[in-house]
Amino acid sequence: MTTLDVEHLSKVFTVRDQGRRSRLTAVDDVSFSLRSGETVALVGESGSGKSTIARMLARLTRPTSGRILLDGRAPGPKRAYRGQVQMVFQDPFASLNPAHSIGYHLRRPLLLHGRTRRASASDGAVDLLRRVNLTPPEQVARRYPHELSGGQRQRVAIARALAPGPRILLADEPVSMLDVSIRLEILHLIDELKREEDLAVLYVTHDLATARYFATSIMVMYRGQIVESGPSDDVILRPAHPYTQLLAAAAPDPATVRPARDSLVVRGGKPPATGCLFRNRCPHAMPSCSSAVPTVAVGGSSSHSARCLLL
Amino acid sequence: MSDVVLSVQDLTVDYGLHDPVRAVRQVSFDLARGEVLGIAGESGCGKSTLAYAVTRLLRPPARLTGGSITFTRPGEDPVDVLSLEGDALRAFRWRRIAMVFQSAMNSLNPVMTVRKQLADVFATHEPDLGRKAVEARCEELLDLVGIDRARLSAYPHELSGGMRQRVTIAMALALRPDVIVMDEPTTALDVVVQRDILDEIDRLRELFGFAVVFITHDLSLLLEISDRLAVMYAGRFVETGTSRQILDNPQHPYTQGLLRSFPSLRGDREALRGIPGTPPDLARLTGGCPFAPRCPHAFEPCTHEPELLDGVACHLFSSKAVAA
Repeated sequence: MTTLDVEHLSKVFTVRDQGRRSRLTAVDDVSFSLRSGETVALVGESGSGKSTIARMLARLTRPTSGRILLDGRAPGPKRAYRGQVQMVFQDPFASLNPAHSIGYHLRRPLLLHGRTRRASASDGAVDLLRRVNLTPPEQVARRYPHELSGGQRQRVAIARALAPGPRILLADEPVSMLDVSIRLEILHLIDELKREEDLAVLYVTHDLATARYFATSIMVMYRGQIVESGPSDDVILRPAHPYTQLLAAAAPDPATVRPARDSLVVRGGKPPATGCLFRNRCPHAMPSCSSAVPTVAVGGSSSHSARCLLL
Repeated sequence: MSDVVLSVQDLTVDYGLHDPVRAVRQVSFDLARGEVLGIAGESGCGKSTLAYAVTRLLRPPARLTGGSITFTRPGEDPVDVLSLEGDALRAFRWRRIAMVFQSAMNSLNPVMTVRKQLADVFATHEPDLGRKAVEARCEELLDLVGIDRARLSAYPHELSGGMRQRVTIAMALALRPDVIVMDEPTTALDVVVQRDILDEIDRLRELFGFAVVFITHDLSLLLEISDRLAVMYAGRFVETGTSRQILDNPQHPYTQGLLRSFPSLRGDREALRGIPGTPPDLARLTGGCPFAPRCPHAFEPCTHEPELLDGVACHLFSSKAVAA
């Protein structure tokens, strides 16, 4: 059983715009936990800070404040940490080196993390390819990225992430660049690996439907803050925060008739910097929304909570 | 049918002269005035090539090698779109058929203001229009797509992705075309903005009555917005029908697979698997049904490619028809 605890994580970027400096809070005081055997989905629109969180968890970006604890302890050096926490990136066309074979991509992490000796590295690579159902693995190992389709490349990226034997897998939009017909296969693969190896998975996505389908719980981000979180079905079927309601109503879903959405969002207004950050678009905004908004339990539930004064 | 505005018959597009790759193979459809025709397909199925062919924007090595495109306005003679050349083509394109491209950032010029780019349309197509009139038309266009007039002086990078796409839609609307071809207009946008743009398109369509060819890989989206739908695979239409028919009663195994490729947002959780395998390489088609290698129902006749009959190109149905 492995847990990754995130406590009060924040990231502030300094933005330079024509000589002026300004601060952009990409992630604002976010706390959550990842546990073995569970998938947590992080959903939100582009620019909401969800990738920044994944990158901080992978230690590709340094947090401005807050802590990341692995099994309750502050993690040690990067390499040891990355043996436990691995990431799959969005674009399988950019995340593999076109000049190296697939086998090379897999042997390298095996060797760097001391998972295998040089002599048996090729066997290790073949074994990884077999685990992500790329067959025949011996042949695939000799190929180069351009010889593979997008879905096959993403399988290679997953195999590479598995190489160090991680306990935690961060998947940052792992299927948004892939064709519709192969997305589910990749998500099922991640799901099966999660069960077989008892991984903890963070699934970053903007697709509510697959988030509900694959994740145990969902966190909804808006402008750097988690505005709602809870068990997947609760968040999607009974969204409490007006922003989650907007997201759920905007998603294409031919199976259900859409409610009238005119009441769900108002346009425009300067985005506020304090209080509820959604209030300029919220149809229920009240004067008190400009003060600090607490996160409260939804309907007496212990796991479903939202950051809204309406509750 | 007299209200057909665009009729495409057996359109075929090849890439390359020697050993050409056939990207669009005998595609036919009729687009009615004011209708939304959705074309669904995955990357490499030829859907963008089809869009460029219909708007006569193909560039070498792509070549139109067969078929016909006829454009008809009520009370006017039909226009053979493929025979248009030079000034006649320039006058036709954009005035009659406009296009909205996938990446708004790439279809707008980064060093020109929005005003300049919108005015460009009028400078080319309505050169007699005075400067004030052009300015007024540009302002009106931004009003139409819900952008503040002050943004006429903005450069594309100063606009958000959604606003850029609105500008390209405004540009397509500039000359009140009869048909707008939209190639993945919302793919790069997130759901809330996508929904806004779709509503906007819907509203404008009611206002001006233009017909839309909407091309995307997102079948769930198409089912919602289009009147009729065509599913494209390996350069051909494999199934056509109304959105309702395709949602309720998909025939072709590929369409069925696509529909099982995305979970429903609010419906029950069912076991979903997508489609095994990968789309075919158009350069290596075998002459059989291109979907057969991924098809759970493949049987002997599939070594010959089926024709599109009664809205579906699949031997499962043609053999039934023979048996009956």
